[in-house]
Amino acid sequence: MLKRFRLEEPESAAEVSELLGRFGDSAKIYAGGTELLLAMKEGLVQYERLINVKKLTGLSALAADNGAIKIGALCTHHQLETSALLQEKLPTLVKLEQNVANVRVRQAGSIGGNLCFAEPHADPGTLLIALGATMVAEKSSGKREIAAANFFVDAYETSLQADELLTEIRVPTPGANSRSAYLKFGYLERPSVGVAVALTLNSGTVNDVKIAVGCAGPAPKRVAEAEALLNGKSTAEAVSLLPQAGAIAGRAADAISDLHGAQDYKEHIVGVLLKRAFNSMVG
Amino acid sequence: MSKPMTRHADVQTIPVSFTLNGRLQEIDVEPNELLLDMVRDRLGLTGAKRSCDVQVCGACTLLVDGRPVSACTTLAFEVRGRSVMTIEGLADDGKLHPLQEAFIEHGGFQCGFCTPGMLLASKALLDENPNPTEAELKHFMHGNICRCTGYKKIVESIMAAAKKMRA
Ligand SMILES: Cc1cc2nc3c(=O)[nH]c(=O)nc-3n(C[C@H](O)[C@H](O)[C@H](O)COP(=O)(O)OP(=O)(O)OC[C@H]3O[C@@H](n4cnc5c(N)ncnc54)[C@H](O)[C@@H]3O)c2cc1C
Ligand code: FES
Ligand code: FES
Repeated sequence: MLKRFRLEEPESAAEVSELLGRFGDSAKIYAGGTELLLAMKEGLVQYERLINVKKLTGLSALAADNGAIKIGALCTHHQLETSALLQEKLPTLVKLEQNVANVRVRQAGSIGGNLCFAEPHADPGTLLIALGATMVAEKSSGKREIAAANFFVDAYETSLQADELLTEIRVPTPGANSRSAYLKFGYLERPSVGVAVALTLNSGTVNDVKIAVGCAGPAPKRVAEAEALLNGKSTAEAVSLLPQAGAIAGRAADAISDLHGAQDYKEHIVGVLLKRAFNSMVG
Repeated sequence: MSKPMTRHADVQTIPVSFTLNGRLQEIDVEPNELLLDMVRDRLGLTGAKRSCDVQVCGACTLLVDGRPVSACTTLAFEVRGRSVMTIEGLADDGKLHPLQEAFIEHGGFQCGFCTPGMLLASKALLDENPNPTEAELKHFMHGNICRCTGYKKIVESIMAAAKKMRA
């Protein structure tokens, strides 16, 4: 059972921001509802108003735009997993999306809702960090861009302000020599560990290495120390350094012991996934 | 004596007009009303079941515009202007759908609790992919759980129906 609430159905980002400003903590943005309604049914949170953002039609756009792929915050997982544009430009994201949750959650759930809820056991944030994506946040007084690596603050906490909404995600279009991979592991409904790697490969040398880890700890994060270790190395050298890079990434994951596994176990899995992800790109 | 039910003047209602199993349906809902409760309690279609209530099991599966949704976690007003199919709408005027026939023929159910959801999810699958591999079928259906765990028979039933429907 859901407690009674009022429904607002604004049609612009400015109106959404204005409603958020006016009603504060008693109102919440509602997109696909796959997270929000669960939390409300459980009685974990309660709102007097839900602000349905699905009338903001521009937020479902998915297009190539000025050197980037622009993904509207309201794009559903289903839209992303079946997009021909993404299949061509960002196949790693398509594969990730095909393996989010189940067919019904992918049908209703949006990528924006996934990112803004910041549930630690989620996939897209980790890959978006490695791909160097930017989040576009909007409120009545204007827009700003937030690097994906700075978007996630803690479990269930992002750097969005109270009257801001996420409108789009911009992923730089990968070049011909770019490679990326995302691997996850888990045995419950949601992933226990996720690792993303992106790099460019030029005549046997790896550059622009980006590594991100997620799910194991409270929020997905970049691991600059492991990136630096592999950057500029020949593929053979980099492969020989993978155990070391994996150990660094494991420690950096801020893994916690919970139902999804013990801390040391998750740290170990980070290393295993990093190695597999890397080998899948340079092999 | 109990008073007749009255609706408070300040309670918001949303008029919802949609297609239900091929027929126009008009109903007023409150924003917090769930699709599963509307269909089961107000429209009397009890084929869809509430089980996990958290979008994991698929017992509450309905098709909205041909795609599976968890009615347990979908607000009823969301079906405005859409087409909804419940298990009661799968047979065509009393003639069973090939999937229903295949489930009977191949023993695709035991207690039957998961069956409405299994049938609707597999209908959505076959509508978009008439010739799925077993791996594709399992990927699509992995969010539909059978507590009697007769998965082998369920897979066989769906593959058999797919074959029949292609013929
Ligand atoms: C059974 C199950 C399994 C799952 N498995 C996985 C998995 O394997 N991997 C994975 O990554 N995820 C998984 N998820 C999470 C799923 O991806 C999210 O539930 C979904 O994407 C959330 O999107 P939504 O549109 O439904 O968000 P909602 O529930 O509508 O909103 C979630 C939160 O985000 C806020 N919000 C939504 N949109 C915006 C916006 N544009 N701007 C600002 N705030 C906003 C809302 O206010 C709310 O607080 C799973 C979920 C379930 C229920
Ligand atoms: S009851 Fe809705 S998915 Fe289980
Ligand atoms: S037949 Fe009993 S739950 Fe599937």
